[in-house]
Amino acid sequence: MRIPPFVLAAFALAAVLPTVAATPAQFLDAFAREARQADTAFAASAARGRAFFSASHGGEWSCASCHTEKPGTPGRHAATGKAISPLAPAANPDRFTSAGKVEKWFRRNCNDVAGRACTAGEKADVLAWLLAAK
Amino acid sequence: MNPLRNTLRLAAMYAIAAACLAHSFSAHADGGKRVPDHPAWKQECGSCHVAYPPRLLSADSWRAVMAGLDRHFGADASLEPAARDDILAFLERNAGRRDTSAGGRPLLRVTQTRWFVKEHRDEVPAEVLRRPDVKSFANCGACHSGADRGVYAERDIRIPGGRPR
Repeated sequence: MRIPPFVLAAFALAAVLPTVAATPAQFLDAFAREARQADTAFAASAARGRAFFSASHGGEWSCASCHTEKPGTPGRHAATGKAISPLAPAANPDRFTSAGKVEKWFRRNCNDVAGRACTAGEKADVLAWLLAAK
Repeated sequence: MNPLRNTLRLAAMYAIAAACLAHSFSAHADGGKRVPDHPAWKQECGSCHVAYPPRLLSADSWRAVMAGLDRHFGADASLEPAARDDILAFLERNAGRRDTSAGGRPLLRVTQTRWFVKEHRDEVPAEVLRRPDVKSFANCGACHSGADRGVYAERDIRIPGGRPR
């Protein structure tokens, strides 16, 4: 019997997925570990994360411009008005479960808000704040 | 009754029916046509705004849009090259055949195309755009209740706050 290519592709995907899918806590650990390579005393701080999230960093937008100051509630895209589902994992269990999405959105949004890539420490702080948010 | 008059009346009815049919087809050419499905396009192009139907821009315009995703109307919408190429191929396959260029350059904004301007200029005055639930022409779903399903038919239009007077 020949196995259709899409079935093979589905099996291949299923084999890869467990290594890609993750939990928010695992992302926080990974960012904090990376931050400790530069600063051995680093510990993620929800308070710092909150401040980073609310501040504008020289540009027009802050994280909160779209995600609001209460990331447990829905946001709205600052330019297009499109609804954005809550960012806090407590309110939206899909958040921070895919390495591809985490990489993509930190890359884009840090560039939009800060005009540069975020450091691992900044990502760990923001994630600590989002995990604490209800 | 005069048989000639009857024939004329029948002919007139046929003409009217044909005209109605032709009109409904032309309206559907843009309004009622379903958007072909492509999960990556829908997911990626639909994150920050409605995934705009491919037929609204020419292939030239889509190539220009997809070449500048890292600076996409003031935001970074960059994609991994493989995802970008896959979505561009879908857009090219389903692109509109109208020319959507101006001054020899492909337009990037659907809202600047002649077709869009003609369809919306009279029906959507500035006052409607300023309404908080509308806000922007990019917000298709504000009035086109089926936009997230790719349905832009006239009968599915619901303007928040009602039609302008």
